[in-house]
Amino acid sequence: MASDVRSDLEVVPLRHPWRWFSGAVILLVIVGLGWAMAEAQIQWEDVPGFFTHPVMLEGLLNTIVLAVAAQGGAIVLGVIIALMRLSANPVARWFAVGYIWLFRGLPVLLQILIWFNLALVFQNISIPMLFSVPTNVVMTAFVAALLGLGLNESAYMAEIVRAGLSSVDPGQTEAAKSIGMTPLTTLRRVVLPQAMRVIIPPTGNNFINMIKGTSMASVIAFLELIHAANNISSRNLEIMETLFAAAAWYLVMVSLASIGQHYLERAYGPR
Amino acid sequence: MALVEAVGVRKSFGHTEVLRGIDLTVDRGEVVCLLGPSGAGKSTFLRCVNHLETIDAGRIWVDGVPVGFRSSGGKLFELREREVAAQRRDVGMVFQRFNLFPHRTALENVMEGPVQVLGRGRAEVRAESLALLERVGLAEKSGSYPAQLSGGQQQRVAIARALAMKPKLMLFDEPTSALDPELVGEVLDVMTSLARDGMTMIVVTHEIGFARSVADRVVFLVDGAVVESGTPSDVLDNPQQPRTQQFLAKVL
Repeated sequence: MASDVRSDLEVVPLRHPWRWFSGAVILLVIVGLGWAMAEAQIQWEDVPGFFTHPVMLEGLLNTIVLAVAAQGGAIVLGVIIALMRLSANPVARWFAVGYIWLFRGLPVLLQILIWFNLALVFQNISIPMLFSVPTNVVMTAFVAALLGLGLNESAYMAEIVRAGLSSVDPGQTEAAKSIGMTPLTTLRRVVLPQAMRVIIPPTGNNFINMIKGTSMASVIAFLELIHAANNISSRNLEIMETLFAAAAWYLVMVSLASIGQHYLERAYGPR
Repeated sequence: MALVEAVGVRKSFGHTEVLRGIDLTVDRGEVVCLLGPSGAGKSTFLRCVNHLETIDAGRIWVDGVPVGFRSSGGKLFELREREVAAQRRDVGMVFQRFNLFPHRTALENVMEGPVQVLGRGRAEVRAESLALLERVGLAEKSGSYPAQLSGGQQQRVAIARALAMKPKLMLFDEPTSALDPELVGEVLDVMTSLARDGMTMIVVTHEIGFARSVADRVVFLVDGAVVESGTPSDVLDNPQQPRTQQFLAKVL
């Protein structure tokens, strides 16, 4: 009843005892975990040495090169497959659907293993009368990992790009046409810049996944971070210490990628 | 020779025939308003003139050139999309929903056509574009993005963007239908001054007052066919056909 509310009545704010309680529990868990880590049988003082160990740094460089190359290739292929998926040519459309179905459908680890073992079934890679090279010369661990990671990612990129292109209002294309723009200029100047807003966030997410996914190349003895960690620990048996050093590098890379994504999103953000 | 000549234009979407044989000629400097109930095919016909829709039968010529085709050796060859784009340079179009490029400023929207399509120098185009924005009364808004402009301002920028290509013909597709009532006037004023300057215009509109004061000719469409056409005073004040009389009784 409104007439009972007077300005001179004391106001009692709602109390939140459970917030205090749950906050205390969380802090307690964190302190406990920290104490456990400090008490654990880990030679913490050795971790910085492994972090900057020459083998670890070589693994880091290889990880970065593999991740960037695979993601870069996947973006280019993904745009092409997305355009085929949206094309008026039914053969191109069906090819794109089948491509996405295949490369998205198989586990990345399986794809890497298939590429790496390709020499078992094809002794040479050739286009008749143009060139022919022995498969086991071309299909190095790096190339197999690049194909396995990159082709899988390109299928995801194709779907991301398609969603981005479809998100742009058809009226934008019509306006571009009405001032005489060709289809290619329309794509470059009008549609893609607007599609980027939809394309960048999931692409950043996928790149972070890609950085971590390079670890699968360790199974074919490609010298990325985990393989580097294993190489170091096989000599000194400090398995957890070297793995923690590798873990630190992953967190550094992922943090940098997140920062980069933030700035990219701002550059293409809404006006 | 007429600037626009349409003969027997037919168009279907699926099983629905939206245009059932439209004949229309528009002379140079003439302002023609297309009126009629919604679903009459007014907008579809306008889009056909700019080849945003392909037509199923009939032919449209703009300035003696068959829209969407190249005539050679007594045959008409269908054009590629980039060749159609070249034909569209001479025809400006203004849309109901403005369709400004949201990632570019008002000035950049106006400059986009001359710079990207005609490949002209930025400095020269910039000066022209500022003059065009001035003409539509938006000189001080040149640096604003579309989202920062009112509907009426956006539509005036869209008119300037179309004019930047120096078109022979301007098509207006319900240019004031998406505007708040108090913003309609500023857009119609720009269109009126354009008409006074001798621009050839085809305008799909529900603004009977505009048609009466600006149009040289009013064409009344129902169910994809021309029912009545003539001077505004003939068609609007003394309609002969029952469909026209019914429509005008409702909107006036």
